[in-house]
Amino acid sequence: MALPDAIDARRAPRSAGERTLFPREASTRRLLTSPAVVLVILLSIFPLIISAYLAFSRFQFVSDGFDITFTGLDNFRKLLTGSQSRRFVGRIGTIPWWGWLALVGFVGSMAWTGVRAVRSAPAKRVRIAVSRSVVTIAGTALLALMIQTLQGDGLPGSVVVTLVFVLAGVALQYTLGLGLAMAASQPLRGKRFFRAVFLIPMTITPVGAAYMFRMISDTGKGPLEPLWSFFFGAGQYTWVDNPWGARIAIIVADTWQWTPFMFIILVAAVESVPDALLEAAKVDGAKAWHQFRYVTLPMIAPVSLTLLLIRSIEAFKIIDLPQVLTGGGPGTATESLALGAVLEWRALNLGGSAAISYAMLVLTTFFALILVNYGHRRAVAAIS
Amino acid sequence: MNHRLSRFRFLALIAIFALIAAACSGDDDTTTGDDTGDTTADTDAPATTQAAGDMQFDGVEVEVLTFTGPQIAEPLQRRAPDFEALTGARVNVTTVPFSELFQNILTDAATGTNSFDAWVFAPQWLVDFAIPGYVEDLTDRVNNDPDIAWDDVAPFFRDFSATYEGTIRAIPLDGDFHMVYYRTDVLEAAGLEPPQTWDDYLAVAAAVNGQDMNEDGEADYGSCISKARGQQSYWWITSIAAPFIQSQGTASGAFFDLETFDPLVNNEGFIRALEIYGETGDYGPPDESNLGVGDTRGLFTAGRCALTLDWGDIGTLALDPETSVVQDKVGAVITPGSTQVIDDSGALVDCDDTTCPFAINGVNHAPFASFGGWSGGINAAADPQVKDAAFAFLSYMTQPEQANSDVTIGITGFNPYRVSQFENMDLWLEAGMSEAAADSYLGAIADSLNNPNMVLDLRVPQNQRYQQTVLDTILAQFVAGELTAAEAAAEIFSQWQEITEELGRDAQLAAYKSTLGS
Repeated sequence: MALPDAIDARRAPRSAGERTLFPREASTRRLLTSPAVVLVILLSIFPLIISAYLAFSRFQFVSDGFDITFTGLDNFRKLLTGSQSRRFVGRIGTIPWWGWLALVGFVGSMAWTGVRAVRSAPAKRVRIAVSRSVVTIAGTALLALMIQTLQGDGLPGSVVVTLVFVLAGVALQYTLGLGLAMAASQPLRGKRFFRAVFLIPMTITPVGAAYMFRMISDTGKGPLEPLWSFFFGAGQYTWVDNPWGARIAIIVADTWQWTPFMFIILVAAVESVPDALLEAAKVDGAKAWHQFRYVTLPMIAPVSLTLLLIRSIEAFKIIDLPQVLTGGGPGTATESLALGAVLEWRALNLGGSAAISYAMLVLTTFFALILVNYGHRRAVAAIS
Repeated sequence: MNHRLSRFRFLALIAIFALIAAACSGDDDTTTGDDTGDTTADTDAPATTQAAGDMQFDGVEVEVLTFTGPQIAEPLQRRAPDFEALTGARVNVTTVPFSELFQNILTDAATGTNSFDAWVFAPQWLVDFAIPGYVEDLTDRVNNDPDIAWDDVAPFFRDFSATYEGTIRAIPLDGDFHMVYYRTDVLEAAGLEPPQTWDDYLAVAAAVNGQDMNEDGEADYGSCISKARGQQSYWWITSIAAPFIQSQGTASGAFFDLETFDPLVNNEGFIRALEIYGETGDYGPPDESNLGVGDTRGLFTAGRCALTLDWGDIGTLALDPETSVVQDKVGAVITPGSTQVIDDSGALVDCDDTTCPFAINGVNHAPFASFGGWSGGINAAADPQVKDAAFAFLSYMTQPEQANSDVTIGITGFNPYRVSQFENMDLWLEAGMSEAAADSYLGAIADSLNNPNMVLDLRVPQNQRYQQTVLDTILAQFVAGELTAAEAAAEIFSQWQEITEELGRDAQLAAYKSTLGS
């Protein structure tokens, strides 16, 4: 087949001394892309490097401006074992018997899936073994931290509080979003109207949503005061005064705000499932649940994975809701990593703030990599 | 020819306009040089609002930053148009939440952004603004401004709040002391006296808690103290702890040991104060840990609290018939004291002539001049003419003609700080206070101001980090039950020590002793 002229001309070797509009194409490309590259370096990479430097330094105002002193790992030491460990890591309690069972189960399942992965791809056994070991160690540490701080005499720090917001919030948002998407994809009257209504929360600024939920959760003065007084007695209970009440308030507000994001994308994914597949399943006698479980769910798996990834990364950065709704309280019960970093920044402890931000970056990257590596394989397997 | 002539005329006209414009701008420059430019270089003839009456700041814009009010911002915003009518200077007031004010000022100045020409802030932060040279030295301007009536400013605010190392860096607009307010009718009906000690406070709160104090059929609270994190709650603990810790006069200090600079928190007195702070919550609103000072003021003026701990604001807020149901039912006393103080080992011992030389009826009071009163400072990097306009505005705000009215209005957030405000009873009677209420209110402030064991607020470098970050967070953890009193005291101790080690113990100790005059 003949190539189009332009492509043909591009591939053809130029004769020596041939004059073109752009004599050195490679350097021209570099020249044209350089503004974008410089912009990326200035806006992304440079701040990343500077904040990394700050994470290992102490910032201080002095008489002729400011002074940055290199302090090594001191900011991270404070977070993990020093003065900030109670806020960052939490108070470590004992692991109950069911906690040990969960940990053994997690390690066992990781080992089992690891062995299967090595058997299926013996050539990559070293790479698989290393990556699985890293994930298993980090995952076990995080799971152990959650078990130790979320029950008994433990108290969660901002790492676990953030994980709770991410895991509980994203799971709820996905479940509700999928439910609404399934409902909105049915041939119902007025479904366009409902689709528009479901989107409204996403258009409201998070701070506005936080203030709204702050009013709603105020049992003494808010718009739902009659409801609260009916259930709890007038003004005698406030759920943001209780650690778990406050966390639930934030998860509810976050879910209210972000479920529409899940919904709008999932409804498109659900509607893109070929009718022929669903019809075939129906003809084979599959009930509604089986159609959903074995046809719809696998078909929307790649979209679901992307959604969960985007939303999880976003959820790790949660700050507006805890800031406005509870101020990180009661105590530090709702202090997320991002809020902790901002509080340190406000105190002009820029090194401490940068260290928290980098810890958050590592955690988010680890979480995202697990989702991509493990989820992607399953998603591909599901539709193949 | 005609065409040439018209072109010539056109050029001539342009030249004339240019000459006129140059002449005008020359006049302006001369005015600036005479009245403002020279003022900056040689402050022999500083700008005053009296001189400013001739619209000398016409066209000048002054950007002022303060905290989200309505208090403090309200009088600045209300009086800005009057000042513009007088001087021509337009004053724009920007507000940010209190928890962000310090950082906003410092980063704005440190990065050279200089979006703001003046700030109305906590004078205890002066040390952090003065060391890098961000805040203008106003000494000469003040000395050459007769309208400011500097001698009328009470010595404490003049010499401590406004001054850094002998130079005037801020103009006081407000006077701040903690006091305990009580409902005269509720205590009288219960046959109780206003609290003299913190144990009395708890006893009174327990005795009247649950009574209906505003006749709305609902049970009200014995005590309302704002305890929300990230607001202005962290000051209360010093008012409660100080009488257990400071007993040898103002110069002995309530925050750090004067020899070692070890924090005075890991002792029986501070732990007892934490216990009292926690126990007040037993007689308070259920969401007290989430209430800011504005919320508790609202509850008190709505008649829902028998006792509260606050600055001078409640005295005037209680007068407003639109928001208050407790007019003429409010009394004020110096913050309660203690009959025990800590010894050198940190153990509590009973008061006697040696341990509590300033005790009144056996009770050691240590009234806390917390915050020091909102004050205005000027950005040293601002344009010279803008600095003059900013100073003229701050001077205008603090001049008795304006200030003596503003301190009687609750919404301003300004409390008395001038001698004339304490002495002129008519001001308060005209504002709607009864003579008894005015006596009680002004008396409580005067008792605090004149107490030889008054506690000065912390003014060492990065005091905001000690208090607004560490203390505030740990108090919130304590109130939430995450820490016991002993654990909280130990945490504050170790984290304050850590900051001290970072900043240099000797330098911090020297700064602390300097502020105390030790």
